[in-house]
Amino acid sequence: MKKRKYTERTETLSTAAFRRRMVISFIVFLVLIGGVIFAWKWLNRQPKEDGALKPLRSTLEANEKLFKSTLDSNATSKTYTVKDAVKNVRVNGLIGIQDSIDVAKWRMNVIRGAGDTLKISFDDIKKLPKKDVIFDFKCIEGWNQVTHWAGVPLKDFMAYYHLQNFEQMQYAGLQTPDKKYYVGIDMKSFLAPQTILCYEMNGQPLPMKQGYPLRLIIPVKYGIKHLKCIGTLFFSNQKPPDYWAQRGYDYYAGF
Amino acid sequence: MKTVVKKHLLAIRWFHWINFPILGVMIWSGLLIYWAYAKYSITIANTELFHFFSPGFYKALNIPHRLAEGMSFHFTFMWLFFGNGLLYVLYTIFSGEWRYLVPNRRSFKEAWQVLLHDLHIRKYVPPQEKYNAAQRIAYTAIIIMGLGSIISGLAIYKPVEFNWCTWLCGGYTTARLVHFILTIGYCLFFLIHIVQVIITGWNNFQSMVTGIEVIHPVAVVPVAEEQPAPLTEQDTNEEA
Repeated sequence: MKKRKYTERTETLSTAAFRRRMVISFIVFLVLIGGVIFAWKWLNRQPKEDGALKPLRSTLEANEKLFKSTLDSNATSKTYTVKDAVKNVRVNGLIGIQDSIDVAKWRMNVIRGAGDTLKISFDDIKKLPKKDVIFDFKCIEGWNQVTHWAGVPLKDFMAYYHLQNFEQMQYAGLQTPDKKYYVGIDMKSFLAPQTILCYEMNGQPLPMKQGYPLRLIIPVKYGIKHLKCIGTLFFSNQKPPDYWAQRGYDYYAGF
Repeated sequence: MKTVVKKHLLAIRWFHWINFPILGVMIWSGLLIYWAYAKYSITIANTELFHFFSPGFYKALNIPHRLAEGMSFHFTFMWLFFGNGLLYVLYTIFSGEWRYLVPNRRSFKEAWQVLLHDLHIRKYVPPQEKYNAAQRIAYTAIIIMGLGSIISGLAIYKPVEFNWCTWLCGGYTTARLVHFILTIGYCLFFLIHIVQVIITGWNNFQSMVTGIEVIHPVAVVPVAEEQPAPLTEQDTNEEA
């Protein structure tokens, strides 16, 4: 049949056989329509897990597994030059951001274990090597901006404070000092070469609304993971709580 | 007794009808995502002629503030859209049906004649096999558009891991626009498709469900000498 010409694909049916064919086909067609409507209603009736319908949440997690395992650990976001960077950097979220912060009292708390918290001052952070990252910042809402940031490469930070043992764990968790905003990040993305603990934007100290004194810049993730005003860093093999993932978004949120 | 032609193979009918609700969910969930940064418009000389889309349009479809939900649907149904499309393409290749679908050397010239005929400007259409030239171009273009949606989609979904897709689309910002324009393209395709199906009539429509189309006796039409004769009445009627 494969080789038959279209004009030769003819046959002669009795009226009864023709009618039978029509009826069967349309019954199957209507059953298919009913099945699709039923499946759609079933899907929308499913319980939600962290704000997403359970089957969809499971798919997001499967997508995460697939894309996390295929991502090259040295993968980088495209870089730009200083003149490409915008001057008016968009401010999009202020959850966990305070009006002012006494930087002399501010500490970055790195939890190494129960009752073992490393407290790092802003001056200590600034003593570490500094790296500029100019990349296309992408918001999960759909907008993007080439922006210029600078801070301590995360790998250098981990090495300087002898935290490499924690690099074997599955996730890093970050919280603002008031714990109102929090993110969880898979370790591979967290340790990506462009991740920095950032304290400068366009060559100036971070504005309050951009997370003064210290924020995360992680170019392999959507903006929701670039936590502003770091209070606490911890490591875990379970997924740390994540503000937006609890509200229906993809936990991975990575590129 | 009825003489019928086996027009649409069973698998092709399944791919066609399954694609319909899947593409519907993709477009709807895409709209939920697009709303969060709905910046596209048709603007000429600083005058905005049309904004995608108006507040009333969003309200009527209950679109606002559902970004997370849109993403969860989009990144689930993308697998069904991709899988169904891939199976369809593979099937047309291995069944040989691609011969009726892919435009040939004559198609681009003939498609113009088909268009003039459809607009009642020209009386005759070129002889065709299963699909006319305009259909061949449309049904092949829609597959290329599907591929374009996958590539531009990957370009904005995974711009680091699939940076070659982003590069191919001319960057992240352009890729988002390409993805959007292709979606508008599906909607226009759908509109024309529906109009053509209605115009062409029941015998044609039911063949997409049953697979068979009734062939009527050859219509004898007086033909001007330089014009190729239409093969059958059915041939001139098939548009959708």
